[in-house]
Amino acid sequence: METLLDILSELHPDVDFSKEQNLVERGILGSFDIVMLVTRIEEEFDTVIPARLITPDTFRSAEALYSVIQSLEDND
Amino acid sequence: MKTILEYLDRQAEQRPDKAAFCDVQEQFTFSEIKKITDIVGSVLLRHGAAREPVAVLLPRSAKMLAALLGVMRAGCIYVPLDLEMGELRLSSVFRQVEPRFLISDREGIKAADTFGFSGEALEIDLVLSEEPEREKIRAAEEKVLDTDAAYIVFTSGSTGAPKGVIGKHSAMLDYAEQLTAVLKVQESDVFGMQAPLYVDACLKELLSVLKCGASLWIVPRQLFSSPVPLVTFLKEHEVTTVCWVVPALMLISALHTFDEIIPDTLKTVAFGSEVFPGKQLKLWMDHVPARYINLYGPTECTGMSCWYEVPATFSQEDSIPIGRPFDNTEILLIDESGALAEEGEICIRGTAVCHGYWKDPVRTEAAFVQNPLQSAYPERIYRTGDRGRWNSRGELEFLGRIDNQIKHMGHRIELGELEAAAMKIDGVTAACAAFDPQRKRLALAYTGNLTKEDLTAGLRTIIPDWMLPSKTIRLEKMPLTANGKTDRRQVFALCFQKTK
Repeated sequence: METLLDILSELHPDVDFSKEQNLVERGILGSFDIVMLVTRIEEEFDTVIPARLITPDTFRSAEALYSVIQSLEDND
Repeated sequence: MKTILEYLDRQAEQRPDKAAFCDVQEQFTFSEIKKITDIVGSVLLRHGAAREPVAVLLPRSAKMLAALLGVMRAGCIYVPLDLEMGELRLSSVFRQVEPRFLISDREGIKAADTFGFSGEALEIDLVLSEEPEREKIRAAEEKVLDTDAAYIVFTSGSTGAPKGVIGKHSAMLDYAEQLTAVLKVQESDVFGMQAPLYVDACLKELLSVLKCGASLWIVPRQLFSSPVPLVTFLKEHEVTTVCWVVPALMLISALHTFDEIIPDTLKTVAFGSEVFPGKQLKLWMDHVPARYINLYGPTECTGMSCWYEVPATFSQEDSIPIGRPFDNTEILLIDESGALAEEGEICIRGTAVCHGYWKDPVRTEAAFVQNPLQSAYPERIYRTGDRGRWNSRGELEFLGRIDNQIKHMGHRIELGELEAAAMKIDGVTAACAAFDPQRKRLALAYTGNLTKEDLTAGLRTIIPDWMLPSKTIRLEKMPLTANGKTDRRQVFALCFQKTK
């Protein structure tokens, strides 16, 4: 989880991702952010996030995103 | 032919029942659109509007597109607006234009009050319940010249106030002619529209549909964070053509969407405004057999001015030129001495060059200048502020900006506008913005007694989301150069130095 929070705060140092909710709806993450974020997560966690999982729901919060990453790791 | 409404009238006659402007709520046929323009035009004339700007503040929708054309029908100048533009910019627009009329919905009419609008507000649904008066419209249309202003769209300005670019009818007709030839638009084409309606980018779809009898679907904004539903939308509506900003296309290619779903109805993929990373473009080309076209052009020359069709042999290391000018447009590269050069400032001449900036002779004079190669008669060309060079194949290559303007998320942003917005927030004493083009990060350094959170919260209420810096840093003192100006280089280093 810490690695993910690091990646997120590198992207937007001003946002407290441990608290923020609805990152996409609230306009915190735009389409370019999502591209950057997913690419970084895939590098860092050595995983692939399938496109169908890229929805505002996945980016609801840092925790929600982390649980998606974990579920992918479990499947490996 | 004087205005693009003549295209609409022709389509309404030849294919009245074809759906032309569509969004997920409503779809309008050519004859319905014509009727809306007749009604909107009649109501405006009845209220006494004459050859003047009319603000249209509506959610991004098919209805809004029709309303814009309705303003033209009255021989007036449409000013497209969206609440998404943010309070600061909207207030500036109302202050600069001082429109006597606003077409909007309830929410917009309420909001316009706070932007300083004091004219007559016409609620769109009430307007549309009225009857058209064809005689009135015919009389107004007869008075329109093709050199008249057709619209004003606002673009970022370096001193903080956005600039109102005045487009003219003849340039719209010219653009429609050249663009549809480059994109090879046919009646059977369906455009998937990504652009907001308050920028010139939406003209690509609007003009193509009117000129060629094609159709457009407005892609809901929220789909640009979900690649699979986005591609599903394109397939469902059999979209053949997209003219999108690069980040929107990358959302699909960079996130393995092609492993699950292919937008196989696409025949033409046009992109522009930012550099398309070679690897991403190649992914698109490998998975979606279509024509790939790089477009380049400033708002001040109506839309796009240059095009380059990416060859099928493209490999990801190749650079992507901006190519050659549209027919009836000339590109001049002018060096500091004012002479033609192989490398220099990209200047544009032709019918496409706009009238200038609304009520702003100073900034108009600075950017719309006498052609230095023409001393026999007045001829205005537009200085883009972009640097370019001709490559060995005679294609134009883009080399970057001369000033502090940046391109971010497909939007033009003057760093000065962001800085001026920050200075409006209580407690900020100095502000300087910086942009890292490699990582596409926009940052803002400031001095003052408020926290970064308060600054961001303050900015969020006055500027659009795409203009928000992703990083802010608070400084004790703004670094200055020897002659007392803000030291932008040092601010850049402070903003983007590695913190780890």
